[in-house]
Amino acid sequence: MTTNTGQAAPGITEEQQLDIRPKQGTLKRIGSFCRTKPLGAVSAAIIILTIFTAVFAPVLAPYDPLDLNHEPFIAPSPSAWLGADELGRDVFSRVIFGARVSMYVGLASVLIGISLGTIIGIISAYVGGIIDLTIQRIVDALMAFPAIIMALGLTAVLGSSVNNIVAALVVILLPGAIRVIRAQVLSIKELDYTLAAQAIGARPWRIMLRHILPNVVASYIVLSTITLGLAIIIEASLTFLGVGISADIPTWGGMLTEGAQKYIRTAWWLAVFPGMAISIVVFAINFLGDALRDTLDPRLRGR
Amino acid sequence: MRQYALKRIALIIPTVLLVSIIVFTVMRLLPGDPALVILSEGDAAFTQQELEDLRKQLGTNRPIAIQYVEWIGGLVQGDLGTSISRFGQPVSKLVGERIPRTLELAVLAIIIAVVFAVPLGVISAIKPDSPIDYLSRVITLVGISIPTFFAGLLVVLVLSRGFGWLPPLGYADLWEDPWENLLQMFLPALALGFYDMAFIARVTRSSMMEIIREDYMRTARAKGLAERIVLVRHGLKNAVLPILTISGWQFGRLFGGTVIIESIFKVPGIGTLLIESVFQRDFPTLQAIIIVIAVSIVIINLLVDLLYGLLDPRIRYA
Repeated sequence: MTTNTGQAAPGITEEQQLDIRPKQGTLKRIGSFCRTKPLGAVSAAIIILTIFTAVFAPVLAPYDPLDLNHEPFIAPSPSAWLGADELGRDVFSRVIFGARVSMYVGLASVLIGISLGTIIGIISAYVGGIIDLTIQRIVDALMAFPAIIMALGLTAVLGSSVNNIVAALVVILLPGAIRVIRAQVLSIKELDYTLAAQAIGARPWRIMLRHILPNVVASYIVLSTITLGLAIIIEASLTFLGVGISADIPTWGGMLTEGAQKYIRTAWWLAVFPGMAISIVVFAINFLGDALRDTLDPRLRGR
Repeated sequence: MRQYALKRIALIIPTVLLVSIIVFTVMRLLPGDPALVILSEGDAAFTQQELEDLRKQLGTNRPIAIQYVEWIGGLVQGDLGTSISRFGQPVSKLVGERIPRTLELAVLAIIIAVVFAVPLGVISAIKPDSPIDYLSRVITLVGISIPTFFAGLLVVLVLSRGFGWLPPLGYADLWEDPWENLLQMFLPALALGFYDMAFIARVTRSSMMEIIREDYMRTARAKGLAERIVLVRHGLKNAVLPILTISGWQFGRLFGGTVIIESIFKVPGIGTLLIESVFQRDFPTLQAIIIVIAVSIVIINLLVDLLYGLLDPRIRYA
């Protein structure tokens, strides 16, 4: 136990002293990531900025997203940066508030879906036998449904509240995560350190937790990044099709729906800006995913 | 090969059964009595008799296991149930009418995607870090990042504002007026295929990159073959397997994309039928469409697997 006594005593344990590899600090690793993958770093900045925008939307937005602040259909101008919609609501403020739903739904579904998928994937691969076989057949069956159709079916039945959409997305993300993690664990399972742990009589849950889990963390991070883009697009698509989150809350997909579809020839800014917001965020996510994959886990390349 | 094929075909039986169980269970998650839900959606008052009739029509007045068995029995014989919203028309007729249009859209999209993606990926791979490579990497990353519905809207926007041209409205049948039909289908297919083009180009690039370093490529060059022949006969021929698999998967995924594209371009395909049935709470139709799509995807994946086995003997004997 090291307690902070204010002295410059290095809190090095015996175990760490034995490790002769030069250990990189987190900051240093982030620094080297920025140097080797500048575009990945820019993408990470865009994503962090979007999350920041979503959290502080009420402070950042110049107008209330629901109030009729302008004349209807004003083109982008100094007073309304991105123009106004058919009712006179400020498009820029609505795009800012739209980040809230997208980021909440995306992050929540990825966090739950990929975590659950990782746990199930590890158990499926490590335990094997009939459990593995059953899980894999269910994964096969779930993979037969295109994401958007699964989402439509589930929200049609469950209803389309924000949390139901998250639940539907979790079901959509699960099979892919289970499959990728399972494939990794199948090879980790045969590696010497796992066999050694088994040989000294470690219990299965300990091996899964202490030896296998830390070795799939890289895949977990990469998977989460890549699927975040997918989750955001599906949420927006549902709202676009009119079965997503209700029209009272500004969402990027919602802004693109009927109104924008109807006015695409007369007021292009109604569709283009929310569409750009989604595309830029997803673009950044995909770019970061690529960069992280190259850095953390080259084995995942091409998946 | 025969053994491999039989094994593959046998494996899809549990998958299809599970697919049907999943669809059936999810549709029964509907809180309460579906008949009551459907009737209370409308404004008009309804009688007890109407409720009983609808329950009978939906079959929800019988035990759930029997409902499932009857549903499966019907499916096997090509009976997909009866639509609620469309005056009791058989769903199989509705689906049969619309599936060819969606298939046409999907086939066109995958053709457009492969025709652009493969050359793009190959050029990118043989000249890595060249300007063309950077351009193609940016295009493909943009391609997989732009949501299908935004791509569709952009296509409409660019053509109507930039060129003042829009495809003829309405829908012309392929066999009655092929030219008009192709004019109408080209744009939706382009918007639909853009994502897949990007995805396939990325896979082509990475699989070509690996192959280019292989010994047999050097041998082919050393024996004096023209570069074009080396790339096509020795390079692309070996890179085609992953491209094929991905294209097959993507083809299945296109069924999802068509839902969005069909609703933007007003194509009366299976996707618009799906959306209509969601809005009209026509659950028998919704259930039937989802199972038809899922089973089609299972079959497409099976065909891709078989083709894979046929082309690459290593797979068969693994």
